[in-house]
Amino acid sequence: MSSSAIRVLSIAAFIILWAALAWLNGDPTVLPAPGDLLRPFYRELASGVLLDSMGITIIRVIAAFLFAMTIGTVLGLIMGTQPQIDRWLDPWLVVFLNLPALVLIVLCYLWIGLTEAAAITAVTLNKIPNVTTIIREGARALDPDLKAMAQVFGMRRDTYLRHVILPQLAPFIAGASRSGIAVIWKIVLVVEFLGRSSGVGFQIHMYFQLFDVAMVLVYSLSFIAFMLAIEWIILQPLERRVRAWRMA
Amino acid sequence: MIRVDVKSKWFGKAEILKDVAFTLKRGECLAVLGPSGIGKSTLLRLVAGIDTAFEGGIDRPANMAFVFQEPTLLPWRSALDNLLLVHPSLSTEAATDMLASVGIGEKTDMFPGQLSLGQQRRLALARAFVGKPDLLLLDEPFVSLDEKMAEEMISLTERLMKKNAPATLFVTHEHREAARLADRTLVLAGSPASVFLPAGRGTLNKMEEVT
Repeated sequence: MSSSAIRVLSIAAFIILWAALAWLNGDPTVLPAPGDLLRPFYRELASGVLLDSMGITIIRVIAAFLFAMTIGTVLGLIMGTQPQIDRWLDPWLVVFLNLPALVLIVLCYLWIGLTEAAAITAVTLNKIPNVTTIIREGARALDPDLKAMAQVFGMRRDTYLRHVILPQLAPFIAGASRSGIAVIWKIVLVVEFLGRSSGVGFQIHMYFQLFDVAMVLVYSLSFIAFMLAIEWIILQPLERRVRAWRMA
Repeated sequence: MIRVDVKSKWFGKAEILKDVAFTLKRGECLAVLGPSGIGKSTLLRLVAGIDTAFEGGIDRPANMAFVFQEPTLLPWRSALDNLLLVHPSLSTEAATDMLASVGIGEKTDMFPGQLSLGQQRRLALARAFVGKPDLLLLDEPFVSLDEKMAEEMISLTERLMKKNAPATLFVTHEHREAARLADRTLVLAGSPASVFLPAGRGTLNKMEEVT
């Protein structure tokens, strides 16, 4: 059996299991059957609230992702190539890596206020240590012979960054991006849950207070489906492209 | 004029080079002979400015080229881009001509990984010569090649050196290669390595007597 057929069957089996559990439970306010979600889904879609909420959450995800990737890549490159600086910053990195996401989020809201800036800062700070760690590994593995070559031939600095450093870091950046997106959208929901009045996380918070399991599932599953589509349509093909020279 | 005066070079507590001095004129090729591990490559890296931690002084021109033991190409860029990225002022035509003159004119769009090892080394030679360097540094570029390919590469290097006439510093442990390409030969020996036989035309014969 092909792997994509197995994937479809596996998802189908999950939905059947879910339906069976819902039928056994018998109470749609605790666990609605898969079919019970369609009507509220169309209602939210038609009213526009679902799409608006997703749009706002996506913008937050993109903003936090870009900040975390940029800052994390620069830090990782510096720490991976300058052992002196690495020795000083490494303990900080360990502290931030082990700081629970919730602590950073609460502190950002307390110190900066219940603002958009605090929300994005909290998510970004949560992700930077992770990106830095991955990129640092890549920077440590940079080829010293190519560096010597660029130096002797007097290669221009921007050319060196773009055509010598970046291709060597590309697999690490791709890896950090994929794990980054996966973690960031989950943290964004928590941030919205705790201190924002818009977005998917806010909707989940609201329906949680109303004990409306169906609506919590509608919002969660819609956003999960969107993030999986990003993974399959954008991130995986992009990764194949940066690896093209290896296959040639 | 290239002036090299290395008073001493240390790696940790081990002194590798001591009192190695020579000069090199434009169009001249100096071979540095010595057994493997004596510090020839270290000397070349000092001359190139890759390694700056040593006592002494080196006057070198700005326009240099290096042919490493390994081809040291950018595997993610095409053969043509491997020349153009290193030499931004080079025109595409000039780069293509250079690739043709080292015998890989058909391979301009290929990645280094798609070329044979011999073709990769030709590309590395093309990259070195296409910038018309004032100082060319060769670090055992013919090592690990079979005899036929080594011979091809040596003739190609000879031809390119005649055409461009850079000052050339050539590191090798093969007497024959040195005799073939170099005007003068300098022998490194001892620990720390020092100039065992000074550069001169008769050096090679003396060297053969010694070894």
